Amino acid sequence: MVFTSLFYHLREKGLKVSINEWLALIEALTQGLAYSSLLEFYYMSRTILVKSEADFDKFDLAFSSYFEGMLNEGEIPEELLEYLSKPIEQQDYDQAEVDARTNLEFDELRQLLEQRLREQVGAHNGGKRWIGTGGTSPLGNSGYAKTGIRVGGQGERGSALQVAGRRGFRDFREDETLGIRQFQTAFRRLRQMSARQNAEKSELDLDQTIKRTSENAGMLKLAYRSPRKNSIKLLLMFDSGGSMEPYAQICNQLFQAVSKANHFAQLKIYYFHNCPYNRIYETPACIYPESMDTQWLLDNLSSDYKVILVGDASMAMWEMRYYTGGRKSRPGDQISGLAWLKQFVRKYDNAIWFNPIPQDLWDSSKGRESIARIRQEIPMYQLSVAGIEAGIRHLIAAR
Amino acid sequence: MNGEFKSNRYIVSDDLMRSVNIAVALKKPLLVKGEPGTGKTMLAEAISKTFGKKLYIWNIKSTTKAQEGLYTYDAVQRLYDSQFGGKGVDDIARYIKLGKLGEAFTNDEQVVLLIDEIDKADLEFPNDLLWELDKMEFYIPETRETVTARERPIVIITSNAEKELPDAFLRRCIFHYIAFPEPSAMEEIVRAHFDSLDETLLHQAMGAFYMIRNVNGIQKKPSTSELLDWLQALQIGGVDPSVLSREIPYSGVLLKKNEDMERIAPPESKTPWRRN
Repeated sequence: MVFTSLFYHLREKGLKVSINEWLALIEALTQGLAYSSLLEFYYMSRTILVKSEADFDKFDLAFSSYFEGMLNEGEIPEELLEYLSKPIEQQDYDQAEVDARTNLEFDELRQLLEQRLREQVGAHNGGKRWIGTGGTSPLGNSGYAKTGIRVGGQGERGSALQVAGRRGFRDFREDETLGIRQFQTAFRRLRQMSARQNAEKSELDLDQTIKRTSENAGMLKLAYRSPRKNSIKLLLMFDSGGSMEPYAQICNQLFQAVSKANHFAQLKIYYFHNCPYNRIYETPACIYPESMDTQWLLDNLSSDYKVILVGDASMAMWEMRYYTGGRKSRPGDQISGLAWLKQFVRKYDNAIWFNPIPQDLWDSSKGRESIARIRQEIPMYQLSVAGIEAGIRHLIAAR
Repeated sequence: MNGEFKSNRYIVSDDLMRSVNIAVALKKPLLVKGEPGTGKTMLAEAISKTFGKKLYIWNIKSTTKAQEGLYTYDAVQRLYDSQFGGKGVDDIARYIKLGKLGEAFTNDEQVVLLIDEIDKADLEFPNDLLWELDKMEFYIPETRETVTARERPIVIITSNAEKELPDAFLRRCIFHYIAFPEPSAMEEIVRAHFDSLDETLLHQAMGAFYMIRNVNGIQKKPSTSELLDWLQALQIGGVDPSVLSREIPYSGVLLKKNEDMERIAPPESKTPWRRN
């Protein structure tokens, strides 16, 4: 099989390439669609194997790391590249003879290239053995061979490795934090259609009614179905102010994405500072007149709400263990922030925390202690597209 | 298939042409994704013209069901006919109407089928079409008939990435992503749309356009279609090109959000973003 190891290499690098897609690629190769050029092969394999621009960058990295080891272009001597860049015209050849001679597997071609590179001295154009141009050798450019490796003379389009190495799709990676649109797309996954949950059949099914009526010789026969509505109730709480200022923009995007996604059965958005304490605020300003008892919230929002907390989870440990979180205390404050958080987690089976701090900094950032403590209570995900997707998968997973 | 796909009028990049050829050769649907206004829909027209094949367009809306593309059974008409003694009520086939997919299958010649904006439909929609696109056939239970494609159509599917498409569906497609056009390619696109355009205006406007796209924090970046509209507005309004280096006239054509308008406004009128 032609370089099956590439298949495993791509999968190892986290690309979800399936057997079907791989077979399609093999078929395309068999049909000669890559025109024996690594650049064409790069584009072809990308178009067949990769199904999202978010994975292009991963593919570029995997592709170049795979081929760099085998075909290091840097090893091709300068003087060789120089004469290869001035190709001669194609010489006459007998196609049948050339096809039979140059029908080689990729591995054979690679060995051949290595061998020629060791032995070749000077220019050899128009021939059938050496790396050159205009001839019928499988190595070189501007010649004819059934299969071959293009060496030099790429023109303005660059080689596959150059194109892959350019990583033009870095911006599309899913683990990068992205705009509001991507958030919206991610939140679309947060839905559970009530029709799947055996809800009551309360909606008139017109198509079925007509069908049954006509089958019933015109006598009216009604049919009902369960309404397909999203049954998700969502409680979203943002940490606001203080250390959250740098993340205001991204929180704003998340807020807009969620509030525009009007497919939730219920959506409640509240604010807190550092950690939920005994008051939950209705506005990001976190002022007392626009607040409510946290206990009231816990009592009144049923346990089938999905809960998302958004915050950097970075605070002094005493702020978490104390009952005011650095705010002016009010009479009746007795429960610490951590205890409130525990109450939320206990009441709501589906609760997660999104943290705008990149995940690889969680262990080293200023708030590493409080982040670690909060993660003991509640699953934490990075506030990025990939993080949101993972978090939402956790939210809708059955308990 | 005679000859590879080379387009003359519509601006198709080498990359895209390559993907089209691969999809045609492998007989798989080509999924085209890209920002709005990168000419996804026009691609199918270009292909149908180039190959000289008939084009069927199935426009997907949020309410579209996969079934509609195959066929619809007009039970109401049949009921009506049965009550008022119409002829041929017992012939159920009279009430089966083929959808776009059905029409494309039953055509004697190979056709191009465009499934436009597949992401508009329900999340399950693409999955409902897996078998039909794979096997190029479907079954009509009402008439106990199987419709099989006489000539496998060239299927082009476009998506604006509003919804994620299911993996099982993606595995069956050839994927192409249309990146936003580079200025040089954009110039070609613009020229294809305008018969005559003032050179200075074009260059100044293009400069301003890419400048706005690069402004940090723009929420809805203007796309090709907005640039075209804007150029038209500038042309009709008779705007002096030299103005463009100082201000953006008719910015409402380019930007559709208040926040974005504020962002590109001159500093003195800029209001800082507030948290509440």
